[in-house]
Amino acid sequence: MSSYVAPLKDMRFVLNELAGLAEVAKLPGFGEASPDTVDAILEEASKFATQILDPLNYSGDQEGSQWRDGAVTTPKGFKQAYRQYVEAGWPALPFEEAFGGQGLPKLVATAVEEMLTSSNMSFSLCPLLTQGAIHALILCGSDALKKAYLDKMVAGHWTGTMNLTEPQAGSDLALVRTRAVPKGDHYLISGQKIFITYGEHDLTDNIVHLVLARTPDAPEGVKGISLFVVPKFLLKPDGTPGERNRAKCASIEHKLGIHASPTAVMVFEDAVGHLVGEENKGLAYMFVMMNAARFSVGLEGVSIAERAFQRALAYAKERLQGKDLVQGGNTVPIIRHPDVRRMLMLMKSQTEAARALAYVVAASMDFSLRTKNPEEQRKHQAFVDLMIPVVKGWSTETGIEIASLGVQVHGGMGFIEETGAAQHLRDARITTIYEGTTGIQAGDLVGRKIAREAGATVREWIVGLRNFDAELSSSGNPDIQAIRICVSAAVQAVSDSVDFILATASKDPNAVFAGAVPFLKLMGITAGGWQMARAALIAEKKLATKEGDQGFYAAKIATARFFADHVLTQAPGLAATVTRGSAAVMALSDEQFLAA
Amino acid sequence: MKVLVSVKRVVDYNVKVRVKADGTGVETANVKMSMNPFDEIALEEAVRLKEAGVATEVVAVSCGAAACQETLRTALAIGADRAILVESNEELQPLAVAKILKAVCQKEAPRLVILGKQAIDDDSNQTGQMLAALLGWPQATFASKIKIENDKAQVTREVDGGLETVSVRLPAIVTSDLRLNEPRYVTLPNIMKAKKKPLENLKPDALGVDIAPRLATLKVVEPPKRKAGVRVPDAKALVDKLRNEAKVI
Repeated sequence: MSSYVAPLKDMRFVLNELAGLAEVAKLPGFGEASPDTVDAILEEASKFATQILDPLNYSGDQEGSQWRDGAVTTPKGFKQAYRQYVEAGWPALPFEEAFGGQGLPKLVATAVEEMLTSSNMSFSLCPLLTQGAIHALILCGSDALKKAYLDKMVAGHWTGTMNLTEPQAGSDLALVRTRAVPKGDHYLISGQKIFITYGEHDLTDNIVHLVLARTPDAPEGVKGISLFVVPKFLLKPDGTPGERNRAKCASIEHKLGIHASPTAVMVFEDAVGHLVGEENKGLAYMFVMMNAARFSVGLEGVSIAERAFQRALAYAKERLQGKDLVQGGNTVPIIRHPDVRRMLMLMKSQTEAARALAYVVAASMDFSLRTKNPEEQRKHQAFVDLMIPVVKGWSTETGIEIASLGVQVHGGMGFIEETGAAQHLRDARITTIYEGTTGIQAGDLVGRKIAREAGATVREWIVGLRNFDAELSSSGNPDIQAIRICVSAAVQAVSDSVDFILATASKDPNAVFAGAVPFLKLMGITAGGWQMARAALIAEKKLATKEGDQGFYAAKIATARFFADHVLTQAPGLAATVTRGSAAVMALSDEQFLAA
Repeated sequence: MKVLVSVKRVVDYNVKVRVKADGTGVETANVKMSMNPFDEIALEEAVRLKEAGVATEVVAVSCGAAACQETLRTALAIGADRAILVESNEELQPLAVAKILKAVCQKEAPRLVILGKQAIDDDSNQTGQMLAALLGWPQATFASKIKIENDKAQVTREVDGGLETVSVRLPAIVTSDLRLNEPRYVTLPNIMKAKKKPLENLKPDALGVDIAPRLATLKVVEPPKRKAGVRVPDAKALVDKLRNEAKVI
């Protein structure tokens, strides 16, 4: 079975050439992120991912986490791997030094996160949820809460969870029913939460649950939800875990994928909780963290795609079947067959495009948080807000497509669990669902991010793309000219769709939301194509100056050309669906759906 | 006690090595490079000696092009206290490296030098032995265990027949075998600290060392591809082939 290799060459190219690591490192507080230090970090993270996490991926999937009498046992090897992860200091990477972190840019953390997730998505979810909980405490927690929990969580000694979902409250959190009754300096929390990632496990000696609940006189709906810290073990006066809190894991789910990651049903029965921030502001706090969480899930799409691609590539080079179409002769590895190559190129090009877009957005997140220039801040924040649903929705949908292609490249063996190709498809399948389904992302994109601000940011972006066209047109490279034609058509498709959305949103919202997901895909492939075109231009220059790895740059141009001809060409079709497709979506009565 | 460790930058062990088209050597451009694994073990041992309170300072030395600084930064992240690069863009053969290390040893006066028993690129297995001879220090090669006591190093060596334990007076040269230890994973805080540790740059000239190659490489070729085997009808034919064709029995 093929093992994971971190795609460090592409990562470095994207970090340095497309996302502008050097500029990010100039932002206040990021002086440590010099190229050689970042290189050393990438090397060591890749070692950790390939040597410790990757070998546990398949076995973890097969064994799964096990529940017994309220306790969860993670698969063999996870406990030791987690200990090594903590000892190596990885949990502290993205946090400010004031809280015991290393203070590195989001951009660097993104590359490290990709490697952890590619090598073992189930494992990576534990640190991911902990990061979310840490951010919530940093942004909204009182000094006392920060003092009690942050150091331990930043160091990875305790993990964190996010308790949002209840059986009746999924995408619609207005329906949350868990109660929080004030008692002295704390609250008593009662209710049931489901789908709690790493809600219970055996990796650390405490778990810090962040729980959404309603106080007795809270207003109805989303304006009456508060956020609480509910630790598994209450803290003794010296800060160490003491008495068991009444927060129990009633069971864990049997899932399609991410088997090693325990998905808990949590039952709170008068569990002691502490309010985070102010009452009734819980959902607002969640929104603050939402960009980071949605970004991370988008990155999961990239990570799984990379892993599925590598596995399919190894198999395609190894599997002997059929003869070369032109040369005949002996049986050849299937990578020699045009259709297998087409699938591999679809996997490679879309993964690289999605990686580039994600890293570019990560760099913008760094700028939006750190730059002292207000205009620059506004621009980056607006770009991030526009692109988060695209990174989340498009990268995950593409991740599933790529993992599915990975199964296809394996042929019949892909349908057999032992090859490992199926696991990636099963693991990827959750990514378009949690942290807001693709439909929710698309609704956010057309509604909140475009219609509500009358298209200001998206139109600014379109203007930028049209200016970029001039750069493309100055290249004499025929591949880049072919790419330019496809990018230009895609930009027009986006522009036409945006016009339609803005003209229609208020008078016929159904017509806009019916085409929201196709529009999100259009945005994704256009943004991805934009990054691939930028990459091709840079590669062309490096080839002209004979600088660096010439094979890599030649492949980059060919890959960008493939993306243009095979993916970007879908843009006009998607625009047609967005602008014309809604009537048929809404046409049938509920009864007409089934022709039984 | 100061411990000196030499570290070599080599083509990473995962890379499939390719011979250059002109047959002058192997392709190293755009190839992933890393620390020679035997040197990583040598360094790990030195850092463990320091952690055990036996060594007081660990100095890592590398000889070669400026890019060897990366390897030295890794050494500093693993736990070396400071690093020395003896920079040269010339081909450095084992004798030249041994002479350079001799000069560094005379400058630094370590009580113990640990080297990898060989580098995975040229597999020479000579530098440690040459260094011992040049310095006139005792040597204990292929170490699988090192114990420092009473100004002596007790070294367990892996030899053909099993294990042999020797005792050498310090200062001494030890070369590490694979089973000496299992190198640690570098921690993120140590990566961040490594860039603040001192890295000194020296030139062979300044050390008064003649690094001129003594060996000429005539040609580098890939090993011949394995040919298809033949099926022999019986054991007698096999014995006959082994005796008369392969001449191995």
